[in-house]
Amino acid sequence: MTTIDTVSNTATGSSGAASSIADWITTSDHKRIGRAMIVLGLLALLGIAVVGGLLGFERIDINSVSLGSGSIPQLFAIDRIGLAFFAVVPVMLGLGVAVVPLQVGARSLAFPRLAAAGFWAWFFGMALIIISICANGGPNGGATKYVALFISSYAVMLGGLTFVAIALAATVLTTRAPGMNMRRVPLFAWSVLVSTLGLILVLPVTIGAVIYLYLSYRYNREAFGGNTGILHWVGFSLTQPTTFVYALPAIGFAAEMVPVTARGRMPMRGVVLGGLGLVGVAAFAGVTQTEHPLPWSGSKFYLGDLFWQKLGDILNWGFFNVLPVLGAVVVLLLAPLAFKGSKPKINAPFVFGIFGLLMVLVGMAGGILNGIIDLGLRGTVFEEGAYVYVCYGALLAGMGAVAYWGPKLWGRRMPDKAVGPLALLGVLATVLAGFPYYIAGFANQPGDFTGPAKDLVTFSYSGPHALWNTLATIGHGLMVITVLAFIALALKSFTSGAAAGDDPWDAHTLEWATSSPPPTDNFAAMHTVASAEPLIDLKPSGEAS
Amino acid sequence: MLALPPAAPPAPKRQLFVGTALACSAGTALIGGMLALWLRFRSAAINGTDHRWLPKKYSIPEVPSNIMLVSFIGIAVFAQWAVYAARRDDKRHVGMALGLVGLFAVAVINAQAAVYSQMGLPIRDKTGSAYGVMFYAITGTFVAFLILGIVFTMVTAFRYLGGRTTEREIVTAHAIYWYFTTAAFAMLWFVVYVTK
Repeated sequence: MTTIDTVSNTATGSSGAASSIADWITTSDHKRIGRAMIVLGLLALLGIAVVGGLLGFERIDINSVSLGSGSIPQLFAIDRIGLAFFAVVPVMLGLGVAVVPLQVGARSLAFPRLAAAGFWAWFFGMALIIISICANGGPNGGATKYVALFISSYAVMLGGLTFVAIALAATVLTTRAPGMNMRRVPLFAWSVLVSTLGLILVLPVTIGAVIYLYLSYRYNREAFGGNTGILHWVGFSLTQPTTFVYALPAIGFAAEMVPVTARGRMPMRGVVLGGLGLVGVAAFAGVTQTEHPLPWSGSKFYLGDLFWQKLGDILNWGFFNVLPVLGAVVVLLLAPLAFKGSKPKINAPFVFGIFGLLMVLVGMAGGILNGIIDLGLRGTVFEEGAYVYVCYGALLAGMGAVAYWGPKLWGRRMPDKAVGPLALLGVLATVLAGFPYYIAGFANQPGDFTGPAKDLVTFSYSGPHALWNTLATIGHGLMVITVLAFIALALKSFTSGAAAGDDPWDAHTLEWATSSPPPTDNFAAMHTVASAEPLIDLKPSGEAS
Repeated sequence: MLALPPAAPPAPKRQLFVGTALACSAGTALIGGMLALWLRFRSAAINGTDHRWLPKKYSIPEVPSNIMLVSFIGIAVFAQWAVYAARRDDKRHVGMALGLVGLFAVAVINAQAAVYSQMGLPIRDKTGSAYGVMFYAITGTFVAFLILGIVFTMVTAFRYLGGRTTEREIVTAHAIYWYFTTAAFAMLWFVVYVTK
């Protein structure tokens, strides 16, 4: 029997008429915590996309140094860190916190106070990181106290995200409705479980490196490289394949949308669960703190008498880099089977989800290529292209998830006709922000602003490079517009839009069996689940109507 | 709203136990990651010019470090004793076992303080060696786990001895936490105090 009181004790539920600020600050209602993470994550994305655009603009003519040469490495750092830990991970975890307890038929999140503490730790860690960067701290920063503040805040932020991940994983493992065994867990909830288990392994390893960094910075600058070594030691958590773990719930959302849109059951559901699980293998790359590339510098693909050694290299690279991608490919390839003989009803969240999955896959493919040292892409801007594809792709799917579950969380829905074009604009933004860097990477454009400065200055950015960097800048700008428009539309729709009804998508999972928005304790009565699509079982023909 | 059939109350799924196990996994990743970096720096130092990792003038005090390991064996046994007694509703033995766990944990912190005192290792090394910084970082992090464990023991004791004797899960979760710290210290002891 549980010994922790897991029932939310907020005075007013999400359906309360007037929510005071104090209620929000002290809340342990998972729907509120999740919504706060999603909104702050999307706002952070706005800022990070602006920074990405500024860096792209800087690359058009790096000698002009319009930003100030001292601030470029710091902006580069906040771009990398922010995209992952201010935006992607919080939005994915926020969606999980808000939706997963409803999906598994739970009255509350497991350890809601731990999740609330995690949210605030993440929020204050993020705020202090931004303050320290603004005060010339952070990687390559000159203000000693603020560099130290940056490092310690980084640990606080990651600790907060770890707390939220523990609460979410415990929710899926322990609070499922009667009859919901692990094979019947909704695809999104399953992807959140795999992702949070990965985060529980990866984030503490990063925190360990940050503890060393902090003490080293305070007492012995040489050992870990001082302020210039920060990104080197935490870099493994900001690159592929570790980022696949952060994007995993986005893949789960796309998989969740397939049967809803096809209006039937998901065929070969066990294989889809397996595919999502395979993506989680990427967490082991984070645990080992390396990227696991193919170490064949100069020897090309000649095997010679090193067959077994090279086979071992391929297996190592393949396990960490290729296997997770295969998992995502499985999810994508099985999607058409659901549409066979169905009468699909295409909606905007599906468009967001499926394009988000495609963008993540392009980024994953980039991660595979980046790992092959003989291709000469390491250290170039190619890796940044893959990073942008994975992160922006995940956030596109995240926006789709907000449009999909928004009616459940806010009681009103976003108009499909207005949201759909934003998905296409977001795809265009992602392609423009990421693909030019793929091309520029093959042309050896240096990618690391915190690396040797001479590489950046001596490289010729004229000619085609100016075009690639201009396109990437436009891409980031378009992402700013997409996110701004999405937030404005969501604000308008969720405050004064049309009432959604309890099951506006004719969906299959338990969250649609309660009112929109749900009461504080989610469900008026406990439900028994007899299949992976409990709501289809209740509908007259056994299929979605 | 669709009307699903009402269900019987769900069977207990040991939420606190699972949550503690997940937290212990995170702790294992933290200590494991720190030990991995320790070994990387150690290897680089041994292959460097000095051919040594532990700075020349300093030595590891073996008595307190070994006593810490032995104490952890005691802690694991006492934590399991608490679980055994709780299953038999033996409140007095639960109290005794939890008290001993707390006492031994304080003794381990005392031994760690003795290690610091006897080594006299400065955290700021003029030679640029990372040893001092890394030694205090990893052992300090572990002391934080110990303090957390003592708080956990106190909460368990207050809840169980305060009358919530049907809630045995917290005693089991408490034992899991101390098994984790015992395993983590065994790794740390071998890497930091034995291989040097």
